[in-house]
Amino acid sequence: MSEAQKYVWKGSIPLQIHLHESEVTTLPPPPPALVLAPRIGYLPLLISLLKPHFSTTLPPGVDTIWYIPTGVLFDLLCMEPERPWNLTVHFRGYPSNLLLPCEGEDSVKWSFINSLKEAAYVITGNCKNIMNMSQTDQVDLWGSVLNGNLESYSRVSSKLKLETFEDEYTENIDSASTKSQQSTGDAEAAGQVKTSRIPVRLYLWTVNDNFDDFEDAPVIDNWDKVSYINRPVEIHKEDGKYFSLSNAVKRLLPEYFPESSFANEGDANINQSAEEEGENSCDPESSGHTVEIAEIKCVRIQGIEPSLEIPFSWVVNNLMNPEYFLHMCVCLKVSEANAMQ
Amino acid sequence: MFNPSFPPWLWIPCPKYHLSSSHKVEGPEYEANHYDFHIVYSPSYRVPVLYFRSYYSDGQPLSLSEIEKDLPGYSAELLLESKWTFITQEEHPYLNRPWYKLHPCGTRDWMKLLLSDTYTSSNKNFIEQYLVSWFSVVGQVVGLKTSLEMLNIVG
Repeated sequence: MSEAQKYVWKGSIPLQIHLHESEVTTLPPPPPALVLAPRIGYLPLLISLLKPHFSTTLPPGVDTIWYIPTGVLFDLLCMEPERPWNLTVHFRGYPSNLLLPCEGEDSVKWSFINSLKEAAYVITGNCKNIMNMSQTDQVDLWGSVLNGNLESYSRVSSKLKLETFEDEYTENIDSASTKSQQSTGDAEAAGQVKTSRIPVRLYLWTVNDNFDDFEDAPVIDNWDKVSYINRPVEIHKEDGKYFSLSNAVKRLLPEYFPESSFANEGDANINQSAEEEGENSCDPESSGHTVEIAEIKCVRIQGIEPSLEIPFSWVVNNLMNPEYFLHMCVCLKVSEANAMQ
Repeated sequence: MFNPSFPPWLWIPCPKYHLSSSHKVEGPEYEANHYDFHIVYSPSYRVPVLYFRSYYSDGQPLSLSEIEKDLPGYSAELLLESKWTFITQEEHPYLNRPWYKLHPCGTRDWMKLLLSDTYTSSNKNFIEQYLVSWFSVVGQVVGLKTSLEMLNIVG
């Protein structure tokens, strides 16, 4: 349990929730509800807070993009953070062709459990530890998420044995170098390269305009403008190789970064790549070099935009959601000629 | 090779290729229920996953209880027992719309059983044979038959 994880679990977003005018049945209309929503929670779980505020006649479910954590929705839909975040409640005219229905807390719970199974499969190659979870542990785990209880969550989740990375960057220099020598020997003896798979849920938003400030960014006014998919990052642990957040994003998006590979160390630094490309523009060998067709404008995780040079292992160990997915909101600038969407 | 069957499977161009097919089922009141099936690759599970949606002739979507009536008996039973982990409604990975999904977490294990004695990955037709074998199991869950044409190609 790290300091960063505590901050993530305490993360919350101020919401101002309005009743849509078509739903108002009293005069004057009820004032908006002010709610502090947990980042790692889900919007339908707020219904218990809304009922006493608006009316006891509210229907049981909330129809929204309910299976994505609240914090991720905020990061995506408020590129320039809006505080409080204004949401409107509707209870009629449900767009069943656009949004998944939600049957209350059970839907959210099982969506969480199924995501956890998928993450377990990515990490270990099977779902057995999740399938074999006792009823008590399952209740405790879900209760921890409902209540934002990191201590309780850590106790139960440690039984699942879903380690992704050893935390390499919290050790001191001496032990790190010693360990490095040992693992070099181990690698030579075993003749194996250890591979990790990291569960990532990638939310991709592409733009072709230039903008320096997100105030000038085009607004995501249509959910279809965001494409998102569960796509694992596969990493080989090799001594001396540095795997950054930038490397991870490029490996996740080979259709935009075709040159990204384990061997291409130039990817580690965007500016360095640009400079090298400039320097080598007269080099005959580089004339056939494929040009990257996109630029990473922004990577947002748990409400922060980490440096692209940060070690990916730190990001994974500290910023994952409770269902063991790293939710990454990525904004790419794609040149108009190459835009795929 | 996976295509010589009825209704035909088509490759749909999109960021990742997937296969889709439409199928008509006669309902108990002789009104046709329409089904679209998509086979989509899951990078997490590294196996194909079957997605489907269903609607009446007028385009109205079928409810899950209506779909249950169209399923083979054993699938309908399993749906009652394991509502949350067998067939659930999720967003289609490429269409961003609600579709039903057959949960794939056991696929790799039973595909290993199906293929272990017969094929190796160096076989030229491995991918086609994999997909036909996969379909011979998954298709039964939703009442789709494996056509003789598919079997002839594999044999």
